[in-house]
Amino acid sequence: MDWVNAVVQGTLLGGLYALFAAGLSLIFGVMRLVNIAHGDLIIFAAYLGLTVTMTMGVHPLLALFVVVPVMGFFGYVLQRGILNQTLGDDLLPPLLVTFGLSVILQNGLLEIYTADPQKMNAGALETASIPIGSLSLGVLPVLTFAIAVAVIWGLQWTFYRTALGRAFRAVSDNQDIAQLMGLNRRHIYGLAMALALAVTAIAGILLGIRTSFDPSVGGGRLIFGFEAVIIGGLGNLWGTLTGGIILGVAQTVGAKIDPGWQVLSGHIVFLVILAVRPNGLFPRVSG
Amino acid sequence: MREPILNMSGLNAHYSDFQALYGVDMDVAEGEVLAIIGANGAGKTTLMRSITGLLQNGAGQIFYRGQDISGLRADQVASLGIAMVPEGRQLFPSLSVEENLIIGGQLGRKGPWNLAAVQKLFPILEERRNLPSSALSGGQQQMVAIGRALMANPDLILFDEISLGLAPIIIKDIYEALPGIIGEGMSAIIVEQDISKALSVSSRVYCLQEGRVSLEGQSGTIERADISRAYFGIE
Amino acid sequence: MNLQEYNVTRSSQAARISAIIGVLILLILIAAPWWAGRSEMRLMGEIFLYLALASLWNLMAGYAGLVSVGQQAFVGFGGYMLFALTIFAGLPPVVAIGAAGVLGVIVAVPMAVLIFRLRGAYFAIGTWVFAEVFRLSFAQVSSLGGGSGSSLPVGIVRSIASSRQGREWLSYWLALGIVVLVIAAVYLFLRSRNGLALTAIRDNELAAGSLGIDIWRTKFVVYVVTAGLTAMVGALIFLQKLRISPDAAFSVNDWTAFVIFIVVIGGIGTIEGPIIGTLIFFALRETLADLGTIYLIVLGVVAIVVMLKAPKGVWGLIRARFDLQLFPLGYRVQHSKDKKGP
Repeated sequence: MDWVNAVVQGTLLGGLYALFAAGLSLIFGVMRLVNIAHGDLIIFAAYLGLTVTMTMGVHPLLALFVVVPVMGFFGYVLQRGILNQTLGDDLLPPLLVTFGLSVILQNGLLEIYTADPQKMNAGALETASIPIGSLSLGVLPVLTFAIAVAVIWGLQWTFYRTALGRAFRAVSDNQDIAQLMGLNRRHIYGLAMALALAVTAIAGILLGIRTSFDPSVGGGRLIFGFEAVIIGGLGNLWGTLTGGIILGVAQTVGAKIDPGWQVLSGHIVFLVILAVRPNGLFPRVSG
Repeated sequence: MREPILNMSGLNAHYSDFQALYGVDMDVAEGEVLAIIGANGAGKTTLMRSITGLLQNGAGQIFYRGQDISGLRADQVASLGIAMVPEGRQLFPSLSVEENLIIGGQLGRKGPWNLAAVQKLFPILEERRNLPSSALSGGQQQMVAIGRALMANPDLILFDEISLGLAPIIIKDIYEALPGIIGEGMSAIIVEQDISKALSVSSRVYCLQEGRVSLEGQSGTIERADISRAYFGIE
Repeated sequence: MNLQEYNVTRSSQAARISAIIGVLILLILIAAPWWAGRSEMRLMGEIFLYLALASLWNLMAGYAGLVSVGQQAFVGFGGYMLFALTIFAGLPPVVAIGAAGVLGVIVAVPMAVLIFRLRGAYFAIGTWVFAEVFRLSFAQVSSLGGGSGSSLPVGIVRSIASSRQGREWLSYWLALGIVVLVIAAVYLFLRSRNGLALTAIRDNELAAGSLGIDIWRTKFVVYVVTAGLTAMVGALIFLQKLRISPDAAFSVNDWTAFVIFIVVIGGIGTIEGPIIGTLIFFALRETLADLGTIYLIVLGVVAIVVMLKAPKGVWGLIRARFDLQLFPLGYRVQHSKDKKGP
């Protein structure tokens, strides 16, 4: 029964990982950019949420209403101000610039908030649970998973059913011809990054409620998101959800064997999948 | 003499170190259909890319309705009412047939062309509207590309080598439909390697050879011998 | 134009002059124990080791197009192998450094096979994952101190050299030796046919492939050899530190962030770039390091600005202005009357 519990908890954890990964996947899909600072942006959102809850005295979930638009705006400015200049055939500039950004974010947060671990207080939400059979499901993990599913559904709907999504797909296919249609690619890329960071903001707040965080943990979140994307297959958001679930389950089962093995188990499963199915489980595009 | 809708004045176009166009002077009158012919590498597509803003050149070389558009981005040029049917069709593979048409109308310019009108012109496109564009034959893809450009309700439409890669019967059909497509009031530039087709639908013709204008004349009266000389650069 | 009057050559006067100057500098550096103080020698040793790491990272990223943010995997691996080989296998420390390099090559082979399935930025993150796997795995090895690490036993420290001064001199010479070895290896490799293939791949992979150059194998060799040399540098680093722990051994900041900044600011894709970058980096560090996190933020900002405005780094600016190449790699056409050349 303990094992079933581990698998269930892992699945719910996968929802959080899918949220880490969704923004990463979106940006790669639209502009072939991999943002090394992505994990640090998740943590940045968590700190923003912390500041909002402390200064405005509101519940962390309400802080979403402030943090999501702020991060979205920040994403638009970041893309148009800096990242658009790195796009092109050469893969070094975006990689090195986002790496520099990662260092700046981590140390900036360190400077402002110190290295002390922080956590947002969501009150009763953190401990409430729903008993199902002999299992006890935490309300927060279930809520996180539900939000992850909703976000991915929303992103899919945006991509395939709206004019903006059409613009994203066209610019990603052929940016020259997309411009002939009157699409300003710099603006479209800005919107894509804004959307990605809005999703990242949600991930950051949920992370900040769930566990403690400090400025240095961004890299680990990037890696989890990245592993979820690769396991699930590039170009497929539902695949990313599946990848997140597989990663979450690998970690919780590994932790059951030995607590020190939690993160390592996830890495091992990732490497195994990389070895036998290099394109992931449900790929739609190749890397 | 009315102001030409499009005017190129001493246009020099470069790709990094390589110069593709040398001092090209050209006019397109309002409402006229102009043909531009030339061999591969003569600079025809470079010219089209320069006009649409995909290739940026120095200021003061390209004028649209009197306005200097030389430095404008491609999306800015598009919003002025210039649309192109690109060489090789270049449909969006991630979009369905219908979505390719809809995105052509992205700018929302007013005019006779809309989704229903394009589907009436090319009924097969309505039939196959939800298929990915790559599932269509070459000729059908060309119809989508033309329809996509029409959806923008442009004042100036550019056709870049639409006969390339198509079977002769398809080319014949498309060129027969072309005068009706271009219709009243629209200006057009037709870039072609197929000389007879280009002359059949246009009123005037320019020939490009190694980046320079080598000939200009009326499509109806121009001499074949002159064209051959200008096309191949033989003295 | 008479073709007889022209010849194609690699060297130029600038390169010849700098070769002579280089030998002189090397002799001066070898003699450092006799003219430099203890802290100066330690600083120079650190500069040499960072320069070695930077030159290797530059070979991978600037020439082979393999951008790794996980080289700390091999630095730490080399360090841990040094400890393991001296403590458990009784190898003399200097020999253990070489053995660590060999083990680095061996361990890099299966890693390369796996990681080459990823491309571009995903490759980069994959290298990071590997480094994390190493860090977490070594933290589980209790015989090497587990998560808190261990110190090098006194007996082994003494076996390096009998006096503290002897150890310091030997550490210094080993560091100098490694950086000379690394730069020489990089230079000779780039002059060889493999190096030419690498430059061709970097400039146009499709064209290179159609000429019959085996892209995969060339990159594989670069990755694996770099891993081995990086492991050797790592072994030497921790021989000097006398203490190792998973966080120190596999630190992203120390072994990757700083190295990347050095190469980017100095000039990526050139041999001279890392040299300049290392000097600039240490100049900045000596003046700014008190500022801690601000120093790192400044580094990050400088790296971004350089990447956007001067992507070829400081050396790139110098080279564009003066058309210099101190390590002759390219061929040039020279008029025979014009032996002076640029």
